[in-house]
Amino acid sequence: MNEISIPLSELRRKQPRFAGLESGHRACLGCGQALAARLVTEAAGPDVMISNATGCLEVFTTPWPESAWRLPWMHSLFENAAAIASGMEAAMKAQGKSTKVIAMGGDGSTFDIGFQALSGMLERNHNVLYVCYDNEAYMNTGIQRSSSTPHAAATTTSPVGKERMGKRHLKKDIISIIAAHHVAYAATASVAYPSDIRKKVRRAMAIEGASFLQIHAPCPLGWGHDGAVSIEVARLAVQTGLFPLIELERGELTGAMPLRTPKPVAEYLKAQQRFGHLFKDDPRALEELEHLQAIANHHIEIYGLRGDGVDSYDSEGADTVRRGGIRWA
Amino acid sequence: MPQMLEGSQAIARAVALCRPQVVAAYPITPQTHIVENISKLVADGKLHCELISVESEFSAASVALGAAAAGSRAYTASSSQGILLMCEVLYNIAGLRIPLVMTCANRAVGAPLSIWNDQQDSMAVRDAGWIQLYCSDNQEAVDATIQAYRIAERTELPVMVCVDGFVLTHTLEAIEMPNQEQADSFLPPYNFARALNPQHPTSIGTLVSPDFFPEVRHSHHQALLNAKAEIIAADQDWAKITGRSGGGLLSVEGDPDAKVGILSIGSVVGTLRDAISEFPESGPAKLIKLRSFRPFPSEALLEACAGLTELVVLERALSPGSGGIIGTEVRAALAGVEGAPRIHNFAVGLGGRDIPLDIYPRLMEAVKSPSPATFAIFDVNLEKLPEADR
Repeated sequence: MNEISIPLSELRRKQPRFAGLESGHRACLGCGQALAARLVTEAAGPDVMISNATGCLEVFTTPWPESAWRLPWMHSLFENAAAIASGMEAAMKAQGKSTKVIAMGGDGSTFDIGFQALSGMLERNHNVLYVCYDNEAYMNTGIQRSSSTPHAAATTTSPVGKERMGKRHLKKDIISIIAAHHVAYAATASVAYPSDIRKKVRRAMAIEGASFLQIHAPCPLGWGHDGAVSIEVARLAVQTGLFPLIELERGELTGAMPLRTPKPVAEYLKAQQRFGHLFKDDPRALEELEHLQAIANHHIEIYGLRGDGVDSYDSEGADTVRRGGIRWA
Repeated sequence: MPQMLEGSQAIARAVALCRPQVVAAYPITPQTHIVENISKLVADGKLHCELISVESEFSAASVALGAAAAGSRAYTASSSQGILLMCEVLYNIAGLRIPLVMTCANRAVGAPLSIWNDQQDSMAVRDAGWIQLYCSDNQEAVDATIQAYRIAERTELPVMVCVDGFVLTHTLEAIEMPNQEQADSFLPPYNFARALNPQHPTSIGTLVSPDFFPEVRHSHHQALLNAKAEIIAADQDWAKITGRSGGGLLSVEGDPDAKVGILSIGSVVGTLRDAISEFPESGPAKLIKLRSFRPFPSEALLEACAGLTELVVLERALSPGSGGIIGTEVRAALAGVEGAPRIHNFAVGLGGRDIPLDIYPRLMEAVKSPSPATFAIFDVNLEKLPEADR
C-alpha cells in the first residue's frame, strides 16, 4: 500500500497532477466508471476521504491485498455509502478537520438501494459530495435493469422477446429528485467532457454542504459497444439530448450545455447492442424509437438546450471538445 | 451518593461520560429515552458531540461506522426491528473490526407486533461478530457501557450492551453515577490505529478472495475468544476505581453447595434473586448470571456447574423449530463432561409476559421430573390456542 508522507499543503500545490486512483486496477477496457473516478479524484485533490458503495468500482480497485487508491477509502455496503459518508463528515467536524468527504456509487446504489440513505444525507446537508457513476444498469452483477436503465434498453432482466421490447419503464429522473432537496449544487456530467467534470467537481468541492454529481459513464459490456468508442457513445448521449448536462442550484436550473444542432437519437442508439432491437423490421421498434426521440425532445425543450448563434456559455461544451478540448478547466 | 434515575437516563449519562464524538440514532421504543436524554445533554451543552438524527436504523449504524472508521468515538442504540434493520451493517462493523459501542434496549421481534421486552433481537444478531454483554440491572448497564468502550477499543471489536427494554430502560433505580474523573482515568481518548487519514491513505473494506477469507474469519473468531481476557480485565479495573464489578464473563451467587443451578441472562437474574428469598422453603439454588454471551464463556460455565445435578437454563428468546438458544449452547459446552448436570431449558417472559416470583418454586418442582424439559416456553397457556396448535 502506498503511503503519502509529504504535507498536505505541498500536495495541494501539486494538485493537478495528483491521482487519487492509480492505474493497474482491473476495470474492463473502455470502462467509463474508471475514467470518471480518476477524473473526479484528480480534480478533488488529496485532502479527501472516500466512501464507496458496493459495485464494479469497489471490486476492480481493491482485490485484497492490492488497492488502486491513493486516498483514504472505505467500502462498507451497497446501500449505505451516503450514510457512511455522513458519519465520516461528522467525525471530521468533531475533529475540527477540513478533509472533504466524497461518496461514490453506481446507479443501482444511488437510484435504487441506497436512495433513502442518500436522501437523508442531502436533507441533513452534510458537507459531502455524492458522485453517481451512471452506467444505467446493475453491471457488476451481470447487466440487470435498474431504475436508471433507459426506456426500451435490453438488459438480462429486461430482455427482448415476443412480448417485450426491453425495459418498459422510464429512466428515473434522479437529478430532479436530488434538486428537490434544495441542495446548494447538483449537476450532471459525462465522461465525454472531462474538463466539464473537473469544473463541476471543483465547484462542488468549494461548497460547504451537500452536493451531487451524476456522471454518465458507458459500460462497453453492458451497453454492447467496443471499448474503444466509449467516449464517442457517451458524447452522442449528450448531443442527442438524451443525457443533458445541467447544473441546478438550490433546486433552480442555473446552467445547461447547449446543443447547436441536436442529433437524432437513432445515432446514439444504433451504436449500442442494448438498443439493437429498435433497428429491426418491427412496428414496435419504430414506436419505441419515437418514444425515445420524444424524451430527448422533452429534455431539449425543458432545459432550453437548443442554442442559436454564438453562445457565451458554450465554452467548455461540445464545441470545445470538437476543437480538441482544453486540458484543464 | 446514589441517585434515583431512570435506566435510560443513567445509560445516557454513562455514554456522555465516555465523551463520544459522534452519536447517531433513529427512534424506536423502548430505546427512545436513551437518545432523548443524550439529545438533552447536547442541547444543554453538557455533552459536546455531533448528534446525527438519521432516517433509519440502517443509517444510524452506518453513520456510527463511518465516524468510528474516520477516527471519532461513536455510539448508537436501537431495539427489536431496528436491530434487524441494522443487521447487515452490524456484520459489516464487526467484519471491518471497527470499535464502537451500542445499546440494545431488548424488545421482542414482530410479527406479531410487540413493543415489550424479550431478547429475540440481540439473539438474532448473535453471529454478527460483536461482543454482547447482558445487564441484570441499571447499575450494571451504566458500568458496562463505560467498560464496553475500553473493551471495544482494545480489541477492535464492537460491543453491544444489552439492557432489557422497559424492565430496565424505563425503571427508576438508585444508581451510583461515576464521575468524569473516574471515567477518564479508566477510558483513554479514542485512538484508532487504522483510522482513515489523507496523510496515510489506506483502503478499508476491500474485496477478499477465497485465498484469504477463511483466515479473516479465523482471526475474527480468535479475536472474540481473546476478548474474554479484556472483558474480565475491564471489569476488574473498573472495580478498583468504583468498587463495583459487573461479574466479568459469568458470575455465581447463592448457595455454593446447592445441587440445583439456575443460569440466566439480563434482568431475569434480578427477578430470580427476589424469588429465591421469597420462597426459602423451595430449597437452595446456585444462581449463574451469564454476562458475556459473545464471547461464550465455556470454561467459566464448566467451573460454575461443578457439583450441580440439575441446571435450569432460562432465556428470553428461542429458535423456533430448534428450541432454546442459550440452552443449546450450554448443552454443547457441557457435552461429554463427566458429572455434568441435567439441563432443563425454558424460555420465559416472551413479548413482555410477566415473570412471576413463584417461577422459583415451580422450577424447583420441575427439576424433579424424571425426564427433563429439552425445551419449553414457560407459562404458556395452551387453552388460548386452537387444538391443532397446542
